[in-house]
Amino acid sequence: MDWVTALLQAGIDGVSFGAVLALGAIGLTLGYGILRLANFAHGDLLTVGAYLTLAFQAGLQWPLPLAMAGGALGTMLLTLTCDALLWAPLRSRRASPTSLMIASIGLALVLRNGVILIWGVSPQRYNLPVSPAIALGAGLQITASRLWALGIALGAVVLVSLLLQQTKIGRAMRAVADSPELARVTGVPVGLVTAITWLVTGGLAALSGEMLGLITTMRPNMGWLLILPIFAATILGGIGNPYGAIAGALLVGVAQEVATVCPASLGSLTQYCLSTDYKLGVGLLIMVLVLLLRPQGLFRGTRA
Amino acid sequence: MALLRVESLVAGYVPGVDILRGTNMSLESGSLVAVIGANGAGKSTLARTIFGLVPVRSGAVFFQEQNITGQPPEHLVRLGVSYVPQTANVFPSLTIAENLEMGAFRDSRNLDRRRRRIYDLFPSLGKRQRQSAGTLSGGERQMLAMGKALMMEPQLLILDEPSAALSPILVQDIFRLIQQIHAQGTTILLVEQNARKALAIAQKGYVMDGGQEHFSGTGIELLHHPEVVALYLGKKG
Repeated sequence: MDWVTALLQAGIDGVSFGAVLALGAIGLTLGYGILRLANFAHGDLLTVGAYLTLAFQAGLQWPLPLAMAGGALGTMLLTLTCDALLWAPLRSRRASPTSLMIASIGLALVLRNGVILIWGVSPQRYNLPVSPAIALGAGLQITASRLWALGIALGAVVLVSLLLQQTKIGRAMRAVADSPELARVTGVPVGLVTAITWLVTGGLAALSGEMLGLITTMRPNMGWLLILPIFAATILGGIGNPYGAIAGALLVGVAQEVATVCPASLGSLTQYCLSTDYKLGVGLLIMVLVLLLRPQGLFRGTRA
Repeated sequence: MALLRVESLVAGYVPGVDILRGTNMSLESGSLVAVIGANGAGKSTLARTIFGLVPVRSGAVFFQEQNITGQPPEHLVRLGVSYVPQTANVFPSLTIAENLEMGAFRDSRNLDRRRRRIYDLFPSLGKRQRQSAGTLSGGERQMLAMGKALMMEPQLLILDEPSAALSPILVQDIFRLIQQIHAQGTTILLVEQNARKALAIAQKGYVMDGGQEHFSGTGIELLHHPEVVALYLGKKG
């Protein structure tokens, strides 16, 4: 019965990886819904957040939680800077969604190569205390860092939900997602909503990158490689819908892990197993299937 | 003193194509003024230009003798002007109560008292405060859109074809509500396709054609003006 254990273990790993994806996907989907931007630079914001944390921890010897907060803050400031230098001028020129998307790919390259310029291409790790995996019984286990990643992701999701439902500015964010033009006519400060959206997006992306840094090694292309599963999660959940993005991310995370399960008890059949190299391919396959069969996503997005 | 004055306004969406070609009008404080005319005469463009949504090429708009030409909508909302677009005028994923809150974003003191005032005016909205606006019928949406615009207690309310796409019974209701809002002291600029009904409740009317006002007068005068009747009001009934 080791394959049951293997599947369950993959499910646990998938949920924690899905939580990391969810942090990225919420930011991406809010950015799409409110700013009307399919932001391909979003993955590289994850990378920047992760490496800034590294700089604060390894460079300035800050304790990890403080370094993470610093990394998130730095990434939030970066998103505001990008908005002022790139997105605001493009908006005022009424750039088409396609132009915005291509600009975002350009920005992604700039960010990624900026990371390479400063930190180099070799893989890096946070200086983490070695802690044994926590046994969950029945042969299942979870590492402390994955548990942290899951907890922090859940906390962030609850906070974003409270922001959108319980605060006036959060309701204004939903109003702008419904119709930027009507929001403007109604007297909703669209500029303020844009800034807050970038701050939330940048903060969540950085957290996502930092959580990823907790569970894997960091490379300059870590965020870029994640942009596909993040887009898959976003589209799966109905683009523009933050709750859908969370559900989509958990589904993609679990699917990626479960699809590559290959217990030794399968014997000679293991040669047919999907190599873990194809994990990203699973995310892509889900995105293709959703676009073909249910392009509006599993849940309702901001636009049909 | 006129609350709103429009002088020789020339405006258009695309460079080189003028929709308004020197429009003049004025609105006294406390009045209800109707702007009527055929499709494409520039009625809605006039409303949108006053509210800062269409680029102005020449001419000027004054609100309380202050030049507001080309001012952005957010500024006009602060000055006390509200505008209700013809379509897509509520936030569908927000509840009725949240829509009203957005209407008072700039000044949410006494939010509950203001909301109660709107619910008194539109009781059917008050019964469903937590319902999302996307599930409302056309008439209810129009009421919510007007309620949202009234949340700032504006001095001037600009309504862009509020009766468009409503059933005849609802049209009656909407016109009755517009009269009621006016009776409570709000100055109203009513852009309407439904010329007879609009002129019947208006103190003053403008008939637009080709981006200019062709006729103006009291509502009654225009309703009996032979040329206006022949060209814009059609047969009675």
